[in-house]
Formats: sequence, C-alpha cells, structure tokens
Amino acid sequence: MAITIDRRYRSDLHPFHAVLLAGAVPLFLGAMLSDIAYARSYQIQWTNFASWLLAGALVVAAGALLWALVDLSRGRRDGLWLAYVLVLAVTWLLGFVDALVHARDAWATMPTGLVLSVVVAVLACVATWLGFAGGRAGGAP
Amino acid sequence: MNRAFAWLAVALPALLAGCGSDPDPAQYGAAPDLPAQERGLLPDMTIARPASWGDLRPTVPQGYAIAAIATDLAIPRQTLVLPNGDILVAEGRGGSAARLKPKDVIAGYIKAKGTSPVKGGNRLTLLRDADGDGVYELRTVFADKLNAPYGLALVGNHLYVANQDALVRLDYREGQVKAEAPPVKIADLPAAINHHWTKALAASADGRFLYVGIGSNSNITERGMDAEVDRARVWQVDAATGAHKPYATGLRNPTALAIQPGSGRLWAVVNERDELGPNLVPDYLTSVREGGFYGWPYSYWGRNVDPRVRPQDPAKVAAAIVPDYSLGSHVAALGLAFSAPAMGAKFADGAFVGEHGSWNRSDPVGYKVVFVPFRDGRPAGPPVDFVTGFRGEDGMTRGRPVGVTVDPRGALIVADDLSNTIWRVTPAR
Repeated sequence: MAITIDRRYRSDLHPFHAVLLAGAVPLFLGAMLSDIAYARSYQIQWTNFASWLLAGALVVAAGALLWALVDLSRGRRDGLWLAYVLVLAVTWLLGFVDALVHARDAWATMPTGLVLSVVVAVLACVATWLGFAGGRAGGAP
Repeated sequence: MNRAFAWLAVALPALLAGCGSDPDPAQYGAAPDLPAQERGLLPDMTIARPASWGDLRPTVPQGYAIAAIATDLAIPRQTLVLPNGDILVAEGRGGSAARLKPKDVIAGYIKAKGTSPVKGGNRLTLLRDADGDGVYELRTVFADKLNAPYGLALVGNHLYVANQDALVRLDYREGQVKAEAPPVKIADLPAAINHHWTKALAASADGRFLYVGIGSNSNITERGMDAEVDRARVWQVDAATGAHKPYATGLRNPTALAIQPGSGRLWAVVNERDELGPNLVPDYLTSVREGGFYGWPYSYWGRNVDPRVRPQDPAKVAAAIVPDYSLGSHVAALGLAFSAPAMGAKFADGAFVGEHGSWNRSDPVGYKVVFVPFRDGRPAGPPVDFVTGFRGEDGMTRGRPVGVTVDPRGALIVADDLSNTIWRVTPAR
C-alpha cells in the first residue's frame, strides 16, 4: 500500500549549496572528536586528523558562505536568512582561527584548540539548521 | 558572542602580525636572558630572499682576506682538511619527513624559498691547491652515490663519512684524489623520517671511537613520541666493531661535533626548538658530558619546562644539564671548529661557529660565522663576528654558512649551501 506524505519540505537551498552546508557539520564535528581523543590519549595522530578535518570543513563552509552571500546580494533579506549568513560567517571565522591554533606543535594546540573546536561544531549545527529552516519557512505552499 | 567578537577585533590583527619588534636581550654566554614563552596565531617568519654575490664578497676582519675556492657545488655542507692540505666537501640534501598537517605543506613551501634549488650532490668533492697559491686548481669527485653525506672524519688511513642513514668507511692514502673501493658500512644510523637528517661526526683523539650527532625527528614531538626513539642524542660508535651506545641525550639537533685540542673533550653546537618566541630557545655551544641529558624535549636550558610535550617527565626535567654557552636564539649553528695559532693572535684560542641563519624571527639573526673566544679551555667573553655580509643591508641573502673547518696552515674553510660555494678566509700575509 502506497503511503503519500503531503508535508514535503520545499527547501530554497540549491542542492549543491545544501551539500556544502551539511558537509561542514560532520567535518567540524570530526575535528572536535579528534581533539577530544588527543586530549585524552596524547596520541599525536588525533591532532593531525583534527587539522585536516578543519581544513576540509573550512573549504566546504567557504563554498556555502559564498553561495549564501550571493543570494543575500540578490535581495534575499528575510530574518532567518540573515541569521543563517551571520552564524555561518562567524562559524567560518572562528574555524579559521581554530585552524591556525591547530598549526601549533603538539600540545600547544591545547586547550584553545579544543574549546574552539567545540564552539565551532555547535555553531556549524546552528548555521545548518537555520539554513534549512529558512527554506521551509519561506516556501510554504 | 559579543566577547568573542571583541576578542577577534582587538586580538586578531596583533596576533596575525606576530609580535612586532624583537628586542635583542643579552643572550650570549653562560647565563642568557630567557623571556616568557610566546606564540601568536602565526609564527614569526622572515625567510631569506636569495640573491647572487655578483662582485660582492663576505666581510672579514681587518687583516684577513676571503676568496671563493670552489663554486657551483651541489649543496656543500661540511668540509674536512686532509693532512696534505686537500679539502673534502660533503654535498647533499637529506630527509624524507612526510607532511603530516596542512601547516607542513604551507611552511615547507615558504621555507624552500630561502634555500638553494640545486639538487644535492650525494658525493664528496676533493679540492687541491698543489702550489700553495691559494687557488684550488684541482677539483675531482672523491666518492659519489652516497646518501646525503654530512659528517666527515679521518683517522689514519680511514676516512669516515656519516651518511643520513649509515656510518661508512673509505680507505684513504695521502695524495689520493678518488676512492678506490665502494664504502664499507660501519653502523646503521637512525634514519626513519629524518626530520633533522644531518649526521654530525667527530673522532676521539685516539681514533678508537666515533661520535655521531643525531637530530630529533620533530620540532617538539609533533610527530609523536614513537618517532623520537634513538633521536636527539650523540652516539659513541666503536670504530672497529660498529657497536654503539648513547653518549649523551636530550640534545635536540647536534649539528656539528668537534674534539677540543689538548683536553680531548667532545664539544657540540646544538639547534634548539622553535615557535616559543623570537628570543627562545637559545642555540648553544657545549662540552658534551658522557651520560648527560640536556633537556629535549621536556625542558630547555636546564629545567625550563616546555609545555608542548605530553606526557611530561618531571624526573627528566630535574636531571637536565644547563649547556655551557648560549649562541642566541634561532641563529641555527651548523658548523664548529676549534681554532689554531696560525689563525692569528686574536683568533688563536677559541672556536669558530657557522650560523646558517634564522627563519622563526621577524628580525633575522645568524647568517654569519662567529668566533667564540676561550680561556683555560672554557668559553670566555661574547662571540666576535668573523665572517659577515651573507645577508646584505638590502635585505637580500647571498649565502648561508654551514660547516667551518680550520686548516692548521692558517685558513678557515666555510661551506655555503645557498650560493654553493666554499669560502677560504686567511690572515693577510
């Protein structure tokens, strides 16, 4: 028996924008978990992982941010969208600072790197929620 | 969030710009000033900008002359003056350290701009001045197919070469210009990763033992503790059997070793850790105590703990020896040679030190050869500039000194691995 779901999301996010935005979440989250693993084990490979995960997160988040800014410049100004762009921008900036902190040697990344990684991972989740929620709110049929 | 923004707005430009001027503290000698540790978001970096010498020459003291006796070499590092006055030059470039972090990729690219693009020769070149006119008219390849040779020592008829992965021996007869047989391996040397690949070498006064300097596999354990097994130490190798034991440990990167004439004691110049600020940590010259521990990685200059190392080791910190003589932070001492009376009265008693020059400092230091005066077998007084002008007032770098060797006939031989030149400094006759 086929089930038809009437309530469909109609996200305004372009599919590629959505992939970039959602992709940043597991990367920032992975960096945070790697930092926790390094802090608990002193095994240096974890901090190497964190560095690369952050680098990857910054690349995809930069793509999403660029896309969001282009939409902004084309006149998309509703409140949720502005909040999304702002939170994503802060996420990226703090993520960049975090990446610089992770370029320090060995334990010099701690504790600043771990704190920043937690903050940035949370912010990335918030930015992603706002980005997708914006699509739903603006696209009610 | 507001606090974070305020922090960013205020701190970011300052942090990114590094810490501005680097006031020079009194950092020479037995008790250098050690400021607080600091590291902005970016390390201070000023990389040498290479330029050719043209008509310029390095500067030497009044009453001395300098000449290039060989050019267009393939990364000359250390030299050895043979009993008949011939000079052997070890040429090569080693290391196989993987890039583990995005930082390694970026920093590696930037730092490579400050070095010669020439491929390492992996050979020993022999230079001869048969008629004693100061022109080394003969130049031959004494041995090739070596693996990043660096340290050189002659004991009787045995020429020892410290490759980046093994200590090898060649037979040598006076007057020979080419090795007649391939090298014989005496001992394998720690070679995994080889973040610091140079293997310094000196032979004990009686020729029975060889001392090999083995650098650490990281700046400060950022490649993991496992990578540091058998690193940052000096080995004593039995020349006859190849058996080795650690002679002294905790020496981050002992880049040159020399036996002091008279006392027969082993001395070393050691490059210390980076990224703790423009005036930390001083590179040093020290006599090497058998069984001594000199701090790396747990502490520096005695018991100053380095917080970047985990797990820490308070027992090792408590045992750390304070080195004899600070040469200044980041100078990158790579050459060491005790002087001889033939170098002239002012420079007769002491040691010459070749300083490759800094990267981790906005105001560059090093890029010269200094003379550390000695009295009663100990360093006495501040270092005296002996060869300068490698880094010009125009900010361009024309040469970077590595190995220094005293020719007992009265000359200092300086290897320059940026302009690929061997310089010879002589007292004017």
